[in-house]
Amino acid sequence: MKEVNYVITDPEGIHARPAGELVKLAKGFESGIKIVKDGKAADCKKIFGIMGLGVKKGHEITMQVEGADEETAIAAIEAFLKENL
Amino acid sequence: MLVFRGKSVFGGIAIGKISVYKKKEQQVKRVKIENADAEIVRYNEAREAAIEQLGALYEKALKEVGEANAAIFEIHQMMLEDDDYNESVENIIRTQMVNAEYAVASTADNFSSMFAAMDDDYMKARAADVKDISERLLTVLGEMEDAKNAAGDAAASASGAMAKDVMADGAGTEDATGEEGASGKERFIIVADDLAPSETVQLDKEKVLSFVTAHGSTNSHTAILARTMGIPALIGTGIALDESVDGKLGVVDGQEGVIYVDPDLEILEKMQEKRRKEMEEKELLQTLRGKENVTKDGQKIMLYANIGDIKDLAMVLKNDAGGIGLFRSEFIYLEKEDYPTEEEQFQIYKTVAQTMAGKRVIIRTLDIGADKQCDYFHMEKEENPALGRRAIRICLTQPEVFKTQLRALFRASAYGKVAIMYPMIANLWEVQKIKEIVNEVKRELAENGIAFGEPEQGIMIETPAAVMMSEELAREVDFFSIGTNDLTQYTLAIDRQNSSLDLFYDAHHPAVLRMIAMVVENAHKAGIWAGICGELGADGSLTKEFLAMGVDELSVSPGSILPLRKIVRESYNSRPDRP
Repeated sequence: MKEVNYVITDPEGIHARPAGELVKLAKGFESGIKIVKDGKAADCKKIFGIMGLGVKKGHEITMQVEGADEETAIAAIEAFLKENL
Repeated sequence: MLVFRGKSVFGGIAIGKISVYKKKEQQVKRVKIENADAEIVRYNEAREAAIEQLGALYEKALKEVGEANAAIFEIHQMMLEDDDYNESVENIIRTQMVNAEYAVASTADNFSSMFAAMDDDYMKARAADVKDISERLLTVLGEMEDAKNAAGDAAASASGAMAKDVMADGAGTEDATGEEGASGKERFIIVADDLAPSETVQLDKEKVLSFVTAHGSTNSHTAILARTMGIPALIGTGIALDESVDGKLGVVDGQEGVIYVDPDLEILEKMQEKRRKEMEEKELLQTLRGKENVTKDGQKIMLYANIGDIKDLAMVLKNDAGGIGLFRSEFIYLEKEDYPTEEEQFQIYKTVAQTMAGKRVIIRTLDIGADKQCDYFHMEKEENPALGRRAIRICLTQPEVFKTQLRALFRASAYGKVAIMYPMIANLWEVQKIKEIVNEVKRELAENGIAFGEPEQGIMIETPAAVMMSEELAREVDFFSIGTNDLTQYTLAIDRQNSSLDLFYDAHHPAVLRMIAMVVENAHKAGIWAGICGELGADGSLTKEFLAMGVDELSVSPGSILPLRKIVRESYNSRPDRP
């Protein structure tokens, strides 16, 4: 399993739009992708789960990727976070 | 006359006929079913159809209101593809052996109450999205039923209820009478409980004069759309949604947050006058473009813009700023996961310098710390960050970070009139130390044959210490810019972010105004100029006083430039040392 930590810098946090983009990205990979905040995990392929975490600016999240394409998935997700959040 | 008060989302006056928008009541009956699998198939058919509709809405919104506002329909598609949502619906169908409509309605209640309970206004507003997609599903399910029961009945309407007056296309566009808008269509004040995104996009924008909702939040789609369209809008007015309002003449005062229904003559005339003035004001401001910032007796002042991002440049040009008085370079750092490289910074500074084409661009060096934090700086937690390691204090203790930025700035100044400004100065030696580092940077650039310019270098005056030392500091630099936000907080010893201290926080405190006067005087004694780049600079009630003090420059948000120019041009210089 691959993991990456990230602290949100976007002033609005993970609101609907980036959550949607994250889902789109995650669905492109075979691996299971989880987003964890304060010990609560959500499936990155489900928009309600991500939005339900209520991730805001300054929150630290951990992305956990496990599966056949975890190497490329984690790299893509890390790049996405840096670029958009 | 009826009067309702609410929160204003966008200012301005609208006068026109009210059209009440009412949702079709989606009455959901709980019906026992025999075959859960068949019901799930039915649900999935409806879901596919709903996703398809959303795709069409996305395309329509894209053309009408732009990508940012259209994205919501993509999100709605994702919500309908969300496993959690669908599993919940299927689960209810299976375990309770009930119809899909009932399962959708229950799921909608559960999911929207999850969002409504969240401690975040933005997310609370998303409860409306859940209801929107669920209602869409219910409509489709209902239509599938209707089609089955009355096969071949072509008259069945395809969409839910819309305010008949403002339907974009299809049924309901009756001949309108009365005052017509520029497009030749009558325009209406739309009154609704709240509008879902899919509803707002189906409105004919040319017929909308204003939005007024009974509920809704400032983050709701209606509010966002009103801001994009730049039309007056009120939310949370608690307005009635019946015939006491529908079809009546309405007046929306977006400044005061009031809607008058059936206004009496006195109010109507007052509001017509207010609207006329507002239009004049708007036009007048535009006529001020290209005009000088000069008082009636000839005193000039520079009006510059504050920007926090390269994206703000368009607003700077649109509002005819004389230059950029504060370019907050920290956004370059805050957006990154690691120190931005010299090249990255150089490209940004160069773009700004070139865009401003010879106008002065004052770039403030890194000002992080206190409320602006960057992880990769690995700063230790401080008891009192406002008085801690921030701004120039970081630069002087991490000179390699500082030098990277300085190199980029000196290189960019070969492409325009760049000026560098150093924040949070409290000591004379800090300025002298900066100069040593600057000299090293220039020597290195010259040795490597890299082109660079000779930017002006100034400091921010935002500590009481710098004010008291301004006579000495003025001899070391090319200009002063007074950062009134921090200066006020440090002078009054009040945390400006603590709203419980509002009683004690006086932005016009004589101590601060005297300090500004002192700084300007000391600057002029040394033959340099002094400006203000804090929020106080945009305070029109102080402009005359600043002119009297001899302040040379005000740097304000782009939208404040033309209003300030108007004040300046209407002023007489009241400086006591001049006739």
